[in-house]
Amino acid sequence: MTPEALIMMILALVIVWGGLVASLVHLKAHPDEGGTDDII
Amino acid sequence: MSNKSLQREVFPTRMAFILAAVGSAIGLGNIWRFPYVAFESGGGAFLIPYLIALLTAGIPILFFDYVLGHRSRSSAPMSFRVISKKFEPLGWFQTGVATVIAIYYAVIIGWALSYTMFSVTEAWGDDAGTFFEATYLHAGELSLGSAFSFVPGVLIPLIIVWVVVLGILFLGVQGGIARFSKIFIPVLVVLFLALVIRSLFLPGAVDGLNALFTPDFAALADPQVWVAAYGQIFFSLSIGFGIMITYAAYLRRRTNLTGSGLVVAFSNSSFEILAGVGVFAALGFMAHSAGTGVEDVAAGGVGLAFVGFPTLISQMPGGALFGVLFFLSLVFAGLSSLISIIQVPIQAVAEKLGISNRASLGIVGGGMAVVSLLSMPTATGLTVLDVVDAFANNIGIVGGALLSIILVVWAKRATPLLRDHLNAISSFRIGTVWTVCLAVITPIVLGFMLISQIIAFITEGYTGTSADAIGWIVLAVLAVAAAVFTFIPWPKASLDFTARAVEANDADTKKYPELYTPARMTGHDDTPGAAGTTDPQAAERRTEGDNR
Repeated sequence: MTPEALIMMILALVIVWGGLVASLVHLKAHPDEGGTDDII
Repeated sequence: MSNKSLQREVFPTRMAFILAAVGSAIGLGNIWRFPYVAFESGGGAFLIPYLIALLTAGIPILFFDYVLGHRSRSSAPMSFRVISKKFEPLGWFQTGVATVIAIYYAVIIGWALSYTMFSVTEAWGDDAGTFFEATYLHAGELSLGSAFSFVPGVLIPLIIVWVVVLGILFLGVQGGIARFSKIFIPVLVVLFLALVIRSLFLPGAVDGLNALFTPDFAALADPQVWVAAYGQIFFSLSIGFGIMITYAAYLRRRTNLTGSGLVVAFSNSSFEILAGVGVFAALGFMAHSAGTGVEDVAAGGVGLAFVGFPTLISQMPGGALFGVLFFLSLVFAGLSSLISIIQVPIQAVAEKLGISNRASLGIVGGGMAVVSLLSMPTATGLTVLDVVDAFANNIGIVGGALLSIILVVWAKRATPLLRDHLNAISSFRIGTVWTVCLAVITPIVLGFMLISQIIAFITEGYTGTSADAIGWIVLAVLAVAAAVFTFIPWPKASLDFTARAVEANDADTKKYPELYTPARMTGHDDTPGAAGTTDPQAAERRTEGDNR
């Protein structure tokens, strides 16, 4: 691949997949609260 | 009324909801639309407007849809009704758009099912284009005679699709939608990963990736490139036509809405990028085999899937397996989106008529299946699909979404209330940036897209033939149907359920005084101590636009 295409492909993968990993880590760190009145 | 009688199905876990929402978002457009749009719109440089569109429009509208559905725990029409009674027709319009889309979307999955079988023998022979239109679809001119000329080869897979989809929905949210998503979304990812890896090892794959990712930064000065980026994000995320409102209604009372939304949005984009790599690596191979440039073979949509891919499958060693992987991916991506689209009218009609979801499934789902089976597997099916798709997406979805922001955000000024609800139960806090994206950036882009599209349809037409009338008629019918459905009175059980849901959710919001801002909505009455009241009159007021 040409260097500029390679850089853009790596950037795209790192940013978008990185965003997915970061959002999954964030979600795992914040489990939902439960409760008896959980369901209306 | 006891709380038990007001219970509805919920997604069993947060991850079940996320998988169902991801399944809804990942559809045919991720596979056949994104790669070509990116290639046409600046290649690697497209990443910049694409990410900006994701952050400034895609994710903000996703949160907006979630909070509308979750606060009311109800369908799209009721979710808009609790903001203001006058907004109910908008909910029905969005529900109608979903209904129309489901009717034609099913037939594309039927085609993919047929082509999964065709791949085994490469049934299309040397000319995949002629095979698709003439041999398989029997596609003909729009005429009354050909409108009733059924094509068995399309009818049978379409029947299978409807039986499978209605069967999944019959099993309900937990037993059907959640279970299906839990199994088939991971299967889809594995299938597609296998396909991408195979593509990357084909001769010429590097040329395809160069064509897709080589940046053309000069393209960023073209406003159409930015519109293409916002359009891709918008159509890809299943936002703006009731799906995410409906799915969010099945969430537990305290669910991390924004945290889940971020996972859904980034999953959708991650799959799109993966699809871009796989599709363009394969197109690179196709160009290599034909001795042409990638730009000569690049295509999107139906042409890419049912003409381009069959052609390259025939040229490829082990093409049969590759074909099965590709078309099965289309089938699974399509099915998980289709069940979410059909659930929109099923839930809305169930609430409006006070009937069970299964009864609604029989009436609405069955009716949609009949219309789909009568109109799509015919010689004119391809033309009808093409026209209805263009109008339903570019005017129906975009117009409905724009109207929802104008009414809810501008006219009713409900953003503070919705923001506080999101923040009270979610880990990813939102504030001014979300409000600005939702109230300013998104309507500007959607307004530009809608107006320019309407002008284009009026001045140039879409097909340039009388077939365009079908698109306008469908939109007119949806507008009339929205008004008619609004006039049907709601049953007391539905009103009670929604009133209790809004009351409970708003009480939750007020438990967080550091987050709660008295909503400055038109006509808002923030009486101290009102939270948690079970006064039936107060509950009724909440479904009539008095949103505490």
